[in-house]
Amino acid sequence: MRTLSSLALAALLVGFVAPALAQGTGNTSISVEQPWARATPAGATTGAVYMTLDNKSGTADRLTGASSDVADKLQIHEMKVENGVMKMREIAGGLPIPAGGSVVLKPGSYHVMLIGLKKPLTAGEKFPLTLTFEKAGNVSVTVPVQAMGATEDKGGGMGDMHDNQGGGMGHMEMK
Amino acid sequence: MPKRQIFLLALAAIAGFSGMVLCIAFLASSTGPSKDTRTGAIGGPFSLVDDTSVLVTESALAGKPYTIYFGYTYCPEVCPTTLLDLSRWIKELGTDADKLNYVFVTVDPERDTPQLMHAYLSSFDKRIRGFTGTPEQIAKIARQYRVSYKRIPTEDGGYVIDHSSIVYLMGPDGKLVSMIAYQENDASALAKLRNLVALTPSS
Repeated sequence: MRTLSSLALAALLVGFVAPALAQGTGNTSISVEQPWARATPAGATTGAVYMTLDNKSGTADRLTGASSDVADKLQIHEMKVENGVMKMREIAGGLPIPAGGSVVLKPGSYHVMLIGLKKPLTAGEKFPLTLTFEKAGNVSVTVPVQAMGATEDKGGGMGDMHDNQGGGMGHMEMK
Repeated sequence: MPKRQIFLLALAAIAGFSGMVLCIAFLASSTGPSKDTRTGAIGGPFSLVDDTSVLVTESALAGKPYTIYFGYTYCPEVCPTTLLDLSRWIKELGTDADKLNYVFVTVDPERDTPQLMHAYLSSFDKRIRGFTGTPEQIAKIARQYRVSYKRIPTEDGGYVIDHSSIVYLMGPDGKLVSMIAYQENDASALAKLRNLVALTPSS
């Protein structure tokens, strides 16, 4: 019971604090550039989303989570091949984005892993994704699905930014 | 919104646990891939089931050179990429492609049923066959090919699997000829595959 009530309290706190953080002091902004995902094989229940996260602010931030309707669960992962062995790990504590710097999520490196896909991702489709940053709050983007063999966003453009609830700024706005 | 907050909360709550898992994973991985010092040979007899639920043994591959790759369908990146690369190389080989067998062996037999593997492989070249089996059968073939694979639990009670990402090229006698590394360039991979084709016994 104690755990439950602390959880409830924490939830309550987060409920109040998170939106405040999201609106923040206006000194952080994360631009999400060229989000894309790979089409997934039939029957596959996992997928990966890639993008560039550009921190235009003077404050370091962190990608702490993500959500989307297309999958049950999303995690921030790092993948690497060491001595011919593929290793994939959730990044505990989120992915740091240095002040004034950028982090590229790409095949062979960081990705947002989609777990429990409700249906395969098909090339040409798009789906919504909300990223949660420690300081910049929530940033929602539309993710185009590229062919399975794609190695980068082939759309030639950026995901449409919309529903920008946090201090994050859309790519469009940065140009 | 509440969903996201719960997620945040859960994330915070599991951060400690994930750290622990990472530590364990690190310690475990530092022991390196399992080594079979008994013999220099890679490969050997096996008993598995293919993606059409038919029992298969090494005789299913006899007489033709073959490629064999270990992975799992839950793998979001390396496995689909490798199978896609392989599919492209198969296409490049043209009619020579039929001189080889192509096998994808799961290291996740508990989730990868023949049905799931069959559906999964339908997204790649149809000549790639899927093999699964009991955890013991998979452990045996992995040992024979010196494939290391290790289950890493995730915070949600699931797991991911670290696994070797090498495509083994085996001769018609079931002996190792060469290997293709993850994301090896097409020219190099194709040269190795053409060498393999050249080993086809004349009938």
